Amino acid sequence: MLHFNFDYYRPSSIDEAVELFDKLDQDGKKPIYLSGGTEITTLGRLNQVFTKAVIDVKGIPECNVLDYKQDSVVVVGAALTLTQVWESKILPLLGEACVRIGDRTSRNQITLGGNLASEIIYREAVLPLLLSNSTFVVAGIEGIRQLSVHKIFKEKLRLKRGEFLVQIKVDGKYRKMPFYIEKKRKSERVDYPLITLEALKVDRSIRLAISGLCAFPFRSYEMEKELNNTDISIEERIDRAILRIPAPVISDIRGSREYRIFVLRNTLLDALIYLGGVRA
Amino acid sequence: MKRYRVIGKSVLKKESWDKVSGRVKYIDDHQEVGTLHVKLLTSTYAHAYIGNVDTTEAWKVPGVRAIVTGKDYPLLIGTTIKDRPLLAFDKVRYYGEPIAMVIADTEVIAIQAVTLICVEYKPLRVVNSPVEAYQKDAPLVHDQIEQYLIDQDADTTGTSGGIRPVPGTNIANRQGIRKGNIERGFARSDVIVEEVFSFKQSDHTAIETRCADVEIKKTGEVIIHSASQEPFEMRELISQTFNIDEGKVHVHIPLVGGSFGAKTSVQLEPLAYVASKAVGGRKVRLRNSREEDIVTSPVHIGLHAKVKMGCTRDGKLQAIKLFFLFDGGAYAERAVPVTKAAAFDCTGPYTIDHVWCDSLCMYTNHPYATDFRGFGRTEVAFGVERTIDIMANKLGMCPLEFRLKNAIQPGDTSPTKVLLNKSNLGDIRECLLQLRELIDWDRGQRIDISDRIVRTKGISCTWKNGDPPPGVGAGAILTFNSDGGININCAAIEIGQGTKTVLTQMVAEKMKMDVDDVFIQMEVNTQLSPEHWETAASRTTFLSGNAVLRAVEDAIRQLKRTAAIILKVPVDELEVANKKVYKKTSPSISIDFSEIVYGYIFPDGKVAGTQVVGRGTYMIPGITEMDPVTGRGIQGPEWGVVAQAVEVEFDKRDNTFKLIRAVSVADAGTILNYKGAETQVMGAMNMGLSFATREGFLYDDQGKVLTTQFRSYKVMHYGEQPEYIVRFIENPVKGAPFGSRGLGEHGIMGMPAAVANSLSLAANVSLQQLPLTPEFIWKTRLKAGEVY
Amino acid sequence: MIEKLTLDINGEQWVATVRMADTLLDVLREKLDLTGAKRGCENGDCGSCTVLADGLPVKSCMMLAVDAIGKKLTTIEGLQDTPMQHAFVEKWAFQCGYCTSGFIMNAHALVNQHPDATDEIMEEWLSSNICRCTSYQEIREAVKSVLKEQRFDRKRPRNRR
Repeated sequence: MLHFNFDYYRPSSIDEAVELFDKLDQDGKKPIYLSGGTEITTLGRLNQVFTKAVIDVKGIPECNVLDYKQDSVVVVGAALTLTQVWESKILPLLGEACVRIGDRTSRNQITLGGNLASEIIYREAVLPLLLSNSTFVVAGIEGIRQLSVHKIFKEKLRLKRGEFLVQIKVDGKYRKMPFYIEKKRKSERVDYPLITLEALKVDRSIRLAISGLCAFPFRSYEMEKELNNTDISIEERIDRAILRIPAPVISDIRGSREYRIFVLRNTLLDALIYLGGVRA
Repeated sequence: MKRYRVIGKSVLKKESWDKVSGRVKYIDDHQEVGTLHVKLLTSTYAHAYIGNVDTTEAWKVPGVRAIVTGKDYPLLIGTTIKDRPLLAFDKVRYYGEPIAMVIADTEVIAIQAVTLICVEYKPLRVVNSPVEAYQKDAPLVHDQIEQYLIDQDADTTGTSGGIRPVPGTNIANRQGIRKGNIERGFARSDVIVEEVFSFKQSDHTAIETRCADVEIKKTGEVIIHSASQEPFEMRELISQTFNIDEGKVHVHIPLVGGSFGAKTSVQLEPLAYVASKAVGGRKVRLRNSREEDIVTSPVHIGLHAKVKMGCTRDGKLQAIKLFFLFDGGAYAERAVPVTKAAAFDCTGPYTIDHVWCDSLCMYTNHPYATDFRGFGRTEVAFGVERTIDIMANKLGMCPLEFRLKNAIQPGDTSPTKVLLNKSNLGDIRECLLQLRELIDWDRGQRIDISDRIVRTKGISCTWKNGDPPPGVGAGAILTFNSDGGININCAAIEIGQGTKTVLTQMVAEKMKMDVDDVFIQMEVNTQLSPEHWETAASRTTFLSGNAVLRAVEDAIRQLKRTAAIILKVPVDELEVANKKVYKKTSPSISIDFSEIVYGYIFPDGKVAGTQVVGRGTYMIPGITEMDPVTGRGIQGPEWGVVAQAVEVEFDKRDNTFKLIRAVSVADAGTILNYKGAETQVMGAMNMGLSFATREGFLYDDQGKVLTTQFRSYKVMHYGEQPEYIVRFIENPVKGAPFGSRGLGEHGIMGMPAAVANSLSLAANVSLQQLPLTPEFIWKTRLKAGEVY
Repeated sequence: MIEKLTLDINGEQWVATVRMADTLLDVLREKLDLTGAKRGCENGDCGSCTVLADGLPVKSCMMLAVDAIGKKLTTIEGLQDTPMQHAFVEKWAFQCGYCTSGFIMNAHALVNQHPDATDEIMEEWLSSNICRCTSYQEIREAVKSVLKEQRFDRKRPRNRR
């Protein structure tokens, strides 16, 4: 039950949406974009989100694209649900990350864009997008921008006021590349992660992205460098990579810092064995 | 083994189709237009003085009808020690404690107004565990315990009486057990083991949160609707607290959406009463959000336990010394009865001549505790059963053999010095022997599946008597329909345990009629039904069942009397079956119920009999005062026993595990409804495993509870459960309906211990805390130098 | 902020005056007296509010009512005599009944969408709902019995009496 009220709009085009936002913003309505709606309902009741106007982007055609042209680019609309992304099998690297978020029924409602723009720290759907150097298509009052994920996603999605995510684009070559994904939880299958780790093998080297370890999801070139150093043993690579974690490891109700590192160690080992054909 | 026609059969629950079609109306499903909504403002501190409570902005929200703060209504209530403010007025003692309430036209408005109330807090030092609470320099949760009234009234004895808080400390009560001579016991022991066990508070999290509606009519009658397990205790409490004639307080309980002990606490109803009063008696509804249900309303008690056990070299237990510091939370309420009951059955079902126990209910700055399934046994069994495994291990004995060797028998005495016999004690040996087969114990307790994976089995034995106070009872009234069908009127609450259906089976059995012709009202109304002790302690079928059977006997007497006159046959030559009264030796001489249940008048005007109304009442005999120091006394009618086992598959590298199998063999006397009993035990087992492996509050260092949603407070989900196997041994109990024992709690009690025993073997370290998370197992192994 | 909207529920058109911020759960229960969906947590965690939108289970506490316009909604009240309901009764797959509507909606959609559901798919779907009374084993047996019966019905030769 939300104890505040708002106006609801459902624009049918990008232009309509951004113009609406601009006007409502100027009218002091603190507008927000809505897609799945799961966060405004659950965080709103706890006073963590407040608005007087929501703009639902699910009616915008570009946000609902699910497209792959042979040997070209995979396009996934931000308004697609995690279940739709997973069931389409259009990009397993992304689908496997989506299917581990929340629970099945919630995934019928949570959208890709919603997860990427989430107020909650995990944003696990970004992991494959970081690994595949994807492009984010973003719309605002100044027009549509297409930019690398690395420019627009730094710890969280850095949108300008009035902007919303329309689609993500990934080079089609990533559809068939080997990858490893594992979500480790405290004990329950339905839970936020201790860590979610996704690793991708491109040619002979490994790319790595992790959520839940630090207060934001990240891809780390420093860690990748250590993991790809074939001159040293696998255990040593992991030890060194751990020294390169880009931010403090969190301690929370799900697990302590030390335990997260223990879990990371084992998960990295499993990832390297799986992808590298390396023996333990 | 006696075979019955209806008793024992898996008769489907009467309310089944209503439940699967969404037709059941639980309390929150009833909506009366014009009902006002109450929302609580709760404390964000665990221990603080309350300064100014500024409601100015809240009053400005349109639709707000009244705001009540603790200072407006400073009142202390409680069913044991009257230590709990209705709404906190000078001090808050736990995170989530109610401070004020807003009554408004809609829930939305009430919430809006609550968020606008400003409270000044002056934080105080927090007592953040029962061990902390016990230290000499601990801050006092209650400065003036000696000034509190203690409700020794109806419960002058039994688990709610003999309560002695210790002034100048955080001890709300101390219950002792002194049996034999503990020094002599340890002197006789060749091997002594002493260990510490602990777990924090947790929660029942029934899917239906607590909710109460109150209306005060112009006549002064108070109409309460509530999802509760104790309508009559509630009526008494409201009547006494607010000085209202009991006859003017009416409590209605609809079908309840799960409870597990949670809904024995009377908390929302007095609040809703005051709220209704504040708006001129208009109907108000006070409903817990999930977060409030977890923290603001009472919780499952926590425990820090020291267990010392002594044994001869050949495995005969001699002595047990137990010291319990229970985390009862900020207010005594029903934590005290739980901690007393924990002491009464503290040894578990074993023969131990020398028993010493001190069970302390500690005040802390945590949410306050209430009944939880098992009522003290689940908690104590964790420590005692783990210690038994440790002891067996030390002796080089098989843990199952050890338990068999020490199993309590008829002729022994309980810790409370009750002489046990075949009737009042279930057969734990037989349970263990059957368990051994079912879990393939002899095939090995520990089996390596691979280098990394190991499968292990752990077992436990537990027992439970009910702990009703002396003088509790129940009543039942039977009325008839014109076709001879029967309606049962009794105040047992249906919380999902299937009690209502079992009662119809009892009537059908005794009347020798079809169970489909016996009806029972699901809702309870204190104005219509005979008084009934709370639906708890796995005693409901015992109490209601006996009352109902007596009502059947009464009805049969009336039916036979009337039939005797009409058929001109002596009463003792008559029998009833199939809705007829007939002559035993010549069954064709008979008369249908339909002809006599509303009375029978001859053509000449002579009345053969009037309407048949069966009445039956029952009170449990033999329950006595319990000595607060020695624990001596009779706390209940009988002990049900259960032997349980859990098989896990453990990953030695990751410290993660899968639950493979869980088995319970219970002596529950005669089983009244097979599927009902089996599924109840399975559900309880699942709850026990969930509690042991996932649940448990986390507090920050200021006592704030961090796990207030299902997202943070994790419970077992579908797919995580093991395969469940349940068997029953049916040794009948004298004096119980058809010889049945209580069963509602037995499935849960030994689960935490059994899974801890299994995992301790797998992980090769002694696990002595709950919940048994992979991180905890990892940490324990690290400390012990156990490396993969 | 307040609007009259029409929802397609159980094949019928229902009209309600709602706040835009009202969730579908709020509207079902408070405006339309369809109280089968329950308020177990209002946070998307327990699943007792589950209804179907175009045949897919959704948690109605996390969906704005206005977002449900144009979707074919099914609530427990719209299920009459279905195999899943029979199975839940026969297999004792509930006790207090509070989570039951949500479980049945989810399970009903599951067997329709995945007539050959494996244990894994069952776990994936059904772990969206919490039950505190049962052991989940009873629910598992109920769902499996429906799948088995459906398979049997499909295999049965058409021209057999």
